[in-house]
Amino acid sequence: MKLLVPVKRVVDYNVKVRVKADGSGVETAGVKMSMNPFDEIAVEEAVRLKEKGAATEIVAVSIGVQQCQETLRTALAMGADRAVLVLTEESPEPLAVAKLLRALVDREQPGMVIMGKQAIDDDMNATGQMLAGLLGWAQGTFASKVELSDGVATVTREVDGGLETVALTLPAIITADLRLNEPRYASLPNIMKARKKPLETIAPGDLGVDVTPRLTTLRVAEPPVRQSGVKVGSVAELVAKLRAEAKVI
Amino acid sequence: MSAVSEREAMEFDVVVVGAGPAGLAAAIRLKQLAPDATVCVVEKGSEVGAHILSGAVIETRALDELIPDWRKRGAPLNTPATEDRMLFLTETRSYRVPMLGTVMPHMSNHGNYIVSLGEVCRWLGGQAEALGVEIYPGFAAAELLDEDGRIAGVATGDMGVTREGERGPNFAPGMELRATYTLFGEGCRGSLAKQLMARFDLRQGVDPQTYGLGIKELWEIPASKHRPGLVQHSFGWPLDRATYGGSWLYHFGENLVSYGFVVGLDYANTWLSPFDEMQRLKTHPSVRQHLEGGKRLSYGARALSEGGLQSVPRLSFPGGALLGDSAGFLNVPKIKGTHTAMKSGMLAAEAVADALANGRPAEPRSYTRRVRQSWLWTELRDVRNVRPSFAKFGTLGGALYSGFDAMVLRGRAPWTMRHRHADNEVLDSAAGSPPIAYPRPDNKLTFDRLSSVYLSNTNHEENQPVHLRLRDPQRWRSVNWDLYRSPESRYCPAAVYEAVDTEAGDANGPRLQINAQNCVHCKTCDIKDPTQNIDWATPEGGGGPNYPGGM
Amino acid sequence: MTALVLLDHADGRITPAARSAVTAAAALGEVHVLVTGAAIGAVAEAATRIAGVAKVLRADAEIYDKALAEPLAALLVRLAPAYDHVLAAATATGKNVIPRAAALLDVQPISEIVAVVDAETFVRPIYAGNALATVRSTDARKLITVRAANFDAAAAEGGSATIEEVEAGEATPAVSRFVSTELSTSDRPDLASARVVISGGRGMQNGENFKLIEPIADALGAAIGASRAAVDAGYVPNDYQVGQTGKIVAPDLYVAIGISGAIQHLAGMKDSKVIVAINKDAEAPIFQVADYGLVADLFAALPELQAELAKAS
Repeated sequence: MKLLVPVKRVVDYNVKVRVKADGSGVETAGVKMSMNPFDEIAVEEAVRLKEKGAATEIVAVSIGVQQCQETLRTALAMGADRAVLVLTEESPEPLAVAKLLRALVDREQPGMVIMGKQAIDDDMNATGQMLAGLLGWAQGTFASKVELSDGVATVTREVDGGLETVALTLPAIITADLRLNEPRYASLPNIMKARKKPLETIAPGDLGVDVTPRLTTLRVAEPPVRQSGVKVGSVAELVAKLRAEAKVI
Repeated sequence: MSAVSEREAMEFDVVVVGAGPAGLAAAIRLKQLAPDATVCVVEKGSEVGAHILSGAVIETRALDELIPDWRKRGAPLNTPATEDRMLFLTETRSYRVPMLGTVMPHMSNHGNYIVSLGEVCRWLGGQAEALGVEIYPGFAAAELLDEDGRIAGVATGDMGVTREGERGPNFAPGMELRATYTLFGEGCRGSLAKQLMARFDLRQGVDPQTYGLGIKELWEIPASKHRPGLVQHSFGWPLDRATYGGSWLYHFGENLVSYGFVVGLDYANTWLSPFDEMQRLKTHPSVRQHLEGGKRLSYGARALSEGGLQSVPRLSFPGGALLGDSAGFLNVPKIKGTHTAMKSGMLAAEAVADALANGRPAEPRSYTRRVRQSWLWTELRDVRNVRPSFAKFGTLGGALYSGFDAMVLRGRAPWTMRHRHADNEVLDSAAGSPPIAYPRPDNKLTFDRLSSVYLSNTNHEENQPVHLRLRDPQRWRSVNWDLYRSPESRYCPAAVYEAVDTEAGDANGPRLQINAQNCVHCKTCDIKDPTQNIDWATPEGGGGPNYPGGM
Repeated sequence: MTALVLLDHADGRITPAARSAVTAAAALGEVHVLVTGAAIGAVAEAATRIAGVAKVLRADAEIYDKALAEPLAALLVRLAPAYDHVLAAATATGKNVIPRAAALLDVQPISEIVAVVDAETFVRPIYAGNALATVRSTDARKLITVRAANFDAAAAEGGSATIEEVEAGEATPAVSRFVSTELSTSDRPDLASARVVISGGRGMQNGENFKLIEPIADALGAAIGASRAAVDAGYVPNDYQVGQTGKIVAPDLYVAIGISGAIQHLAGMKDSKVIVAINKDAEAPIFQVADYGLVADLFAALPELQAELAKAS
């Protein structure tokens, strides 16, 4: 079975983002970029499935600017077999991404798509579900465990207050949550070897997809600074206020 | 734990350790001279530029020689220095040094550029890659391959080792990067350079290296206040007259200001806190007026070599050479080391290219000769007495001597002042040091250490061995605490070191808490610890600060 | 304009998050709610009484029982043409269903809104809440998930809506099948999702002293966390850590005990609804973000707090 793993290039999770002074967005120039951490987990899961013999080939896909090649090289170093870059000027919205991925699914015919549950830049948490909808496939979102047997993926999902297990008839979409696995390092020997793995670049037009955004960002602002509240004089006063005023206990 | 047997190896003609200005200039020069040579650069920062910290006003002399059409290639040198000021500060006033260009000719910045050195390095990295250099950021050269009396390359550190030193589930062994020649451009106080100096006795016959600690903040200020091209330096307050140091403040880019402070690490007062000196200097009108109403964007710190020519070690050894600030090529009175670092890298590359073409002798010996015949040597020779004169005569005496040296002697004094002591040897005891009271941060202009480290985007994988080790753990209590009252908790600009349980009633008594995750890789602890008891080893690659563009 | 809200319910009860989504929808126009599941008569009945709801659509069928995304999204796609806005709380169900339905409607969904500006303009957090984006949708129909903490829940009583039956979708060959649920049975809720979190810092002085926190956590149904300083000092394991390099939490109530409030810690809890700080250092930065601050020795305050909570709760 072939696996398709979409990966997104985002501002590194260690970097404190800064809202631009003119409110037009978040400063990304000169900022360290990395693979979206949830996508790393997805790549790791795909590699483990291949190591177990449940998958035969892993195709990593990224959609965005030329530098997404670096993100794809990381996926290749982790164990993906080849990579496809859909070259766009900006990072398209989830709807457009889902349409591009659908076109790639038509071309590649994977048995499963594994991807991060959300990107840590726009925090949309939508692409996997949307791709599943467009394809009419089953979806196993927020996965913390995946098992494959006889054309069925048994997926344990992180839901409010616990876990839920669903059985999906393949082909299906899996979106990875934090506890699915701990991704491996892209080791230096593997990074060197990844330089020689195939990486193909295509244009959205080649896939017949219009990537015009549907949302316009009017402005981006810093969240309001939290103001300090009151000092209480005693534990009794504190508990009374939490009960009567804040109503949180 | 050793993974020596299972690690993979790769062979190169040249391996460069460190993707700073020296290492990248060396890599570029090599490919210019020997296009077929295989050149690999390893860098412990998560990306090129992530660990680069400098003012920086740079002279383009070396860049002009390396890449003459750098303007056409879009090098990020966009703000020419247009106005130079040198201020002497008292607590409330400032006096501008007149006729700066005459009195302190090295301080003239005409023709220089205010830059983010991190951005310059990212650009140099791109230039190097375009020439076929392989750059691998996120991997720390952790070990010398010392074989048959020569350095045969380096090995990167193992990844995925737990805090206890065991192999974790994601253990990945390091890799051997083998090379005919290995060039070390780790910057000031490189951890491998330190081993090389001991291994090949490279410091024989030269003065001890002396150091400074530079602490920097990047600010964004209102456009109405911004004067791109303004270069301001200060000396005097808040340091006493026995302590060497001063501030810089540069307006550049899009409403950006680089503000920073350097303290000579030969300071004596154990209560001195470079971080707090830097913070309180911002309350001086000469700095405050620039920053007030602005927003602090980033923060970082790095030690720098101040010894100058007297302290430059032997430069080559069997299998390689030292570059840039790993050797100590900073020009202190100019407060510039980028052009000298790049030049040293280029000269080493020329020596190595020559050696590659001529039988590959073990040691690229011509490097030293090339350095001595270049402007790099002349430039450092002419300023060799400036820094030691401050140690000898204090702030004002040093300033007077420097003016005399520059104007009358023109750097050709028949004498050379020596650096008598290493920086760790000169700290006074707690009892013998006058206490210093620092003001509390106001969180608008001045800040505490932790909120500062936060802005350096520093992180280390938590589950790894602590990369700062006490050679003798007992000694902290008997020496650092009893005698000096934990100087590391003051000189560390990143709150790595904390003396805890220090209150009289605490049963276990004072002990040292090492918050290694905060480390910004400045190396000050490795330099200043009174008994050299702290050893800075390189942590897992990719860890440390992530300085953003602009820094 | 009319908005449709997919109403979350669990164990026969409408969740407060679902009623927050009703509040968000009320800012957009007339509110209809969709109640789905098997044998949900009582829930639909309760939905009619939510303040501000004009109509309840009831889709009572086996295929909706486990709130699987595939049949629910198909149902929303069928109902959507009558509405300008389709909303759900940003719960596990809402986040699972809304984007799938949106794709089928050729709409770009708007996730986790925290404010409604007008019928097509919304505010939503990006970069883990470190920035707020105001976005305008050009889609004819808007599909939205709502961050419950930012909207007061609509009153459970006071409304008088009518119920309308909705025909169940065909039981097409199911591509996904429910297997089981396993709700957290641990005595302590998970740190990342707990409604109340109580964290200790370096001020706890050792790991043993964290026992003082336990009875209070029990009384509040709270998860226990810690600052990095406490983790680094070895008082508690790494997975207790709240902060920049640990877990990011946003509970209704966050109680910081003996935590100075380094910015690395604040980054992990500043989105909590109510923050309480107990610290003996009146200058500790934690007080700058605390709604209720108590300057006190924690070793005196914790037993008192335990006693006070035991009284007439």
